[in-house]
Amino acid sequence: MSVLIFVENWDGKFKKLSFELISYGAKVAEMLNTEVVALSVGYVEESELVKLGNYGATRIISAVSDNMNVFDSQAYTSIIADIAKQEHAKVIILSNNNSGKAVAPRLSVSLKAGLGAGVSKLPLSIDPFIVYKKVYSGNAFSNLMIKTDISILTLAQNSFELIETANNAGITKVVIDWNGLSVKTKVIEVQKQSGKILLTDADVVVSGGRGMKSPDNWPPLAELADLLGAATACSRPVSDEGWRPHEEHTGQTGKIIAPNLYFAIGISGATQHLAGVSSSKFIVAINTDKDAPIFSAAQYGIIGDAGKVLPKLVEAVKELKGK
Amino acid sequence: MKILVCISNVPDTTTKVRFVDDYKKLDITGIQWVINPWDELSLTRALELKEDPSNNIQTVTVAHVGLVSAEPTIRKALAIGADDAIRINAEPSDSFFVAAQLAQVLNTESYDLILCGIESSDFNGSSVGGMLAEFLGYPSVSSVSGVKVENGQFFINREIDGGKEIVSITTPAVAIVQKGIAKEPRIAAMRGIMMARTKPLKVLEPTAMESLTEVVGYEMPKPRAACKFVDSENPRQLIELLQNEAKII
Repeated sequence: MSVLIFVENWDGKFKKLSFELISYGAKVAEMLNTEVVALSVGYVEESELVKLGNYGATRIISAVSDNMNVFDSQAYTSIIADIAKQEHAKVIILSNNNSGKAVAPRLSVSLKAGLGAGVSKLPLSIDPFIVYKKVYSGNAFSNLMIKTDISILTLAQNSFELIETANNAGITKVVIDWNGLSVKTKVIEVQKQSGKILLTDADVVVSGGRGMKSPDNWPPLAELADLLGAATACSRPVSDEGWRPHEEHTGQTGKIIAPNLYFAIGISGATQHLAGVSSSKFIVAINTDKDAPIFSAAQYGIIGDAGKVLPKLVEAVKELKGK
Repeated sequence: MKILVCISNVPDTTTKVRFVDDYKKLDITGIQWVINPWDELSLTRALELKEDPSNNIQTVTVAHVGLVSAEPTIRKALAIGADDAIRINAEPSDSFFVAAQLAQVLNTESYDLILCGIESSDFNGSSVGGMLAEFLGYPSVSSVSGVKVENGQFFINREIDGGKEIVSITTPAVAIVQKGIAKEPRIAAMRGIMMARTKPLKVLEPTAMESLTEVVGYEMPKPRAACKFVDSENPRQLIELLQNEAKII
């Protein structure tokens, strides 16, 4: 029996969310009194793989092939399902990110294992297996019982702390017969964002709404984000107007994020916007309307015009960060 | 070519969610039911594709798993412009059950592209599209922010961590759709509403299938502490609070 964790790599590297997954999986394994197997698919150096041991992986399986050229959900499902069977996985854990969302539901059918998508806590109980997840776009939570022998969980990003526990995890190499998987998707073109902090990875996010009044008013917001090492985001009207790219739209139909700190600047905080940001640990709101709903979600607020407050805020950060 | 759009019937996104039966059931009193926002965007894009004759798309069909009470939502999809609709007459108990029911539609009819919203705004499961693809053995692409047709071939934009990819896919296939696929959901016009009344809506009986998961209870989010206000003339105080009180920067 085991807890199997699928850890994605980005150009051969892991990131914080990979280690969050392992930390979470190690705790679930503790509840089940079983071992923690990390599965990496695609070429990753040994020096990078061993890092998974630092967060509690007891064994690492590195599945590789020279021919892999696309993230194909069907092929990845088949690879993970094979390993899951071989390892007698009782619980399979993936991230609730783009790839996890693509693979986990397929895996659920392939293994006939119930899926708890976007869990944000450790299972509430093991027998019966009950997990805690957001429903109604953050307006409520559910206790979801998984009725099958095997459970598949996808972990909401930034919802679990990193826990370091040095393990000397052994690495097993597995060669994938990629050509035998009859892959039906093909990458034609890749457009990478370079140098920018990814919205879904960022610890701090600075976001602007209609209260910014014009796309020309963005430079101080971007400067604040730079100073704080933050990603920039926006509300739906701002992306609909084309002031900012739609990749920056946070909210129910846009990106769902859970940073440690979220600045909502000139955003009134409609239910749909809050659905995308309510899992942030701290929210700071700047708005002219003292009755704006964003202030009921925020821990800190400034009542004022974004255009006037932002430059002062930038100065204050420069001064206080300089110390 | 034919497109199938799977739609879910969800409470309007501004609904104040309440529960009854000791937090075991949603209180449906006064709820307005709508097409799940991502499904509505999928439908909009499907209709846009059909309107360009060079894409050679003959029909756009919507499919829904639910009871007769969901028919107004299905009629709305027809009013927006879908050609016909299929309802599988069953209470949608979990995503595995729903995907299995949708898969049976494909037993009698074939579609080249199936569009599913990436999640529903009620259960936020991000599951049905991928599950349906696996049931059918079709390829799937998730986090889709664009679909186009060139020479009978589907090209799909998908969001990846840190960028975008254009992917070609062999049909039949499932595209699991998010924001960006269409600019704004299309609204039904009066003519569409009139026409929707006579468009075909086929009702199928469900196949026997279990569910793998079950909601055993709901909880409301913990209320946040009251907002602490800082004078707009002195934002420095805000930064100090974030540094010393919240210890977050």
